[in-house]
Amino acid sequence: MDVLTATDITKNYANHTALDSLSIRVPEQSIFGLLGPNGAGKTTLIRIINQIIAPDVGELLFQNKKMSSAFTRNIGYLPEERGLYKKMKVGEQALYLAQLKGLSRYDALQKLKFWFKKFEIIGWWNKKVEELSKGMQQKIQFIVTIIHDPKLLIFDEPFSGFDPINVNLLKEEILKLRENGATIIFSTHNMASVEELCDDIVLIDNAKKILEGNVREIKNTYKSNTFEVEYEGGIGEAETILPKEIKILSTTQDHNITKVKIQATSSGHPNNILSSIIPHAKIISFNEILPTMNEIFISKVNEKFNIGNN
Amino acid sequence: MSKISLIIKREFLTRVKKKSFLIMTILGPLLMAGLFIVPIYITQLSDEEKIIEVLDETGMFYNKFENSENLKFEHIYTDINTARENFSETKYYALLYIPKTELKVPSDAFLYSDKNPNIHLKSYIKDVIIKEVESLKLAASGIDKDVLKSIKSTVNLKTFKITEEGELKKSSAEINMALGLFSGILIYFFIFLFGAQVMRGVIEEKTSRIVEVIISSVRPFQLMMGKIVGVALVGLTQLLLWIILTFAIITLVKTAFPETFKSSATEQSIIRANIPGQELQNKQAPTDEVAKITSNDEVNQVLDAINSINFGVMIFSFIFFFLGGYLLYAALFAAIGSAVDNETDTQQFMLPITIPLIFSIIMAQFVTSNPDGPVAFWLSIIPLTSPIIMMIRIPFGVPYFDLTLSIVLLILGFLGAIWFAAKIYRTGILMYGKKISYKELWKWLRYRN
Repeated sequence: MDVLTATDITKNYANHTALDSLSIRVPEQSIFGLLGPNGAGKTTLIRIINQIIAPDVGELLFQNKKMSSAFTRNIGYLPEERGLYKKMKVGEQALYLAQLKGLSRYDALQKLKFWFKKFEIIGWWNKKVEELSKGMQQKIQFIVTIIHDPKLLIFDEPFSGFDPINVNLLKEEILKLRENGATIIFSTHNMASVEELCDDIVLIDNAKKILEGNVREIKNTYKSNTFEVEYEGGIGEAETILPKEIKILSTTQDHNITKVKIQATSSGHPNNILSSIIPHAKIISFNEILPTMNEIFISKVNEKFNIGNN
Repeated sequence: MSKISLIIKREFLTRVKKKSFLIMTILGPLLMAGLFIVPIYITQLSDEEKIIEVLDETGMFYNKFENSENLKFEHIYTDINTARENFSETKYYALLYIPKTELKVPSDAFLYSDKNPNIHLKSYIKDVIIKEVESLKLAASGIDKDVLKSIKSTVNLKTFKITEEGELKKSSAEINMALGLFSGILIYFFIFLFGAQVMRGVIEEKTSRIVEVIISSVRPFQLMMGKIVGVALVGLTQLLLWIILTFAIITLVKTAFPETFKSSATEQSIIRANIPGQELQNKQAPTDEVAKITSNDEVNQVLDAINSINFGVMIFSFIFFFLGGYLLYAALFAAIGSAVDNETDTQQFMLPITIPLIFSIIMAQFVTSNPDGPVAFWLSIIPLTSPIIMMIRIPFGVPYFDLTLSIVLLILGFLGAIWFAAKIYRTGILMYGKKISYKELWKWLRYRN
């Protein structure tokens, strides 16, 4: 079942179109990457999902029911531009925000204590927010986002401002949340974390969807039959032993270890390449190089840009 | 607890817990009480006794200068040069010298002092001399002193108001004016002080970027109204504390220094009239009878005049216009706060809001001088000026038609302002880093959501 279905969402502002007939489906218990360059319309889409703004046209379903503000209780949202009341005490503020999400004071207190202990920040409870560092504030914001056990979580650049240790902590928590049944929409420019975490993605550019699907499938679709071979041994010129149809992209030599990047034709089987090298050298590694999400992102966005220019 | 009451609670508690609230709460009554007590105290304050030596060469003014509590006159009989030479060694405050002239009556007098003699002293001396000179001149022209006395007359004009029941009530324009101006100015300050707090609160939420988190839980309208109501409660709490504390201070001072206040019953009753909380007590006072009305006692006159004011209407109107005016302006302040990124950008939008408020205060004096005129009528009907101007008119007695019309229009006014503000607000709080113009605001008004 899809947790969220958006169909033909259009949102116009006075001078520009923020979303142009956009449709997405977010499967249950998945991590869904919402990608796109700045100003593509991601934030507008997120705000529409959060019922902060309404679309001009289009339909939004939450668990197959028409989305309404009643469902906002089931959504946890961590905006990119986020903040807290600076003069308010941490605990008091977390309690307030949790209660606004519909938790009773008692429940909110219990859950907050649990999470504060887990993140080892219980000592901050009576501190004012302005006394905390940015990273510390982000932790509190993360807790407040998930405190009401929402079915759908929306994280907009959740890792910005965190040190690597806390990024890992957060990643673990996000994966745990999915295990426990939550669905996560994840908006970021950090493509490494997209490859690491996301199951499906949608790429938005200029208010339109330009790519969508499973991360693994997308990478396979955009692969260019590029391989990297690493071998040890006597042969000097890789060209002499490799089949003719194979293009050598680059060769690097370190002591007696050679690293060759090659591009095969779409028909060429990797085993054939391998077997032509085996008699001549000791193979250390052989990998297919799949395009990174970063490369796909850049090429897709630029492709559209080029078409526009031509 | 519903979400809006959570917001109200937060807005209220964070403000009431602030140090500045405590300071204002203590400082306010001290200032207010000071405003009433100090003038009374000062008038009672016996200035150091001033003794003025009088060198009267004409001999006409012997015993004409009357001694008062802190002003004494002593006649000396030397020549002016010795008197002046000796002056600095004496304890005298000033030396009055009335030289002998060739004419029958003196035309010049001299006052020597090492200080700057105050106006009251100068005018008193002048008055005495003029009076004496006049009567001398009159006597010289053959008019008898007794005849003169019988000509001099005073008229005491008493004003009455005929109520709808045909009752006669004594009225006092002065007291009505004081009461009206006081409550009008109070509303003015309340709107500015707490309206600006709403605005600052909105800007704080916007710049700290917490607003997006909150409006993913509650509707922007709930957040805005929660803030407006929360701040209103802060204002009402402060006002209530001020009234209680002001009374406590005045009572304390009165019991501590009973002598000072004994002779100033008149001022005290004016004080009473000025403070809304006391009005209830006056309302309980028995209604006037004609016999009492004609009583000449000054204190009673003031009390009667206070009784002539319909305090039921007064209190109701005060609370209504106080809150109505605040709601209208606070909504506009909230809209401004949402449209800008920081407080310095508020200037251009503040102007249209502050102009009607300041205009009301400028017109206040005019309205008190003609509380039933067309200017007063229209200004007390238009919602932007009515909270202040209507309050100024109320003590003078306002026809129920005017009052009802004004109330209905103010209700429509603040509903309209809240509708308008909500539209600006929900777009504005999500806009960052953009210089907003009036044209932009107009666009926001037309956005569907």
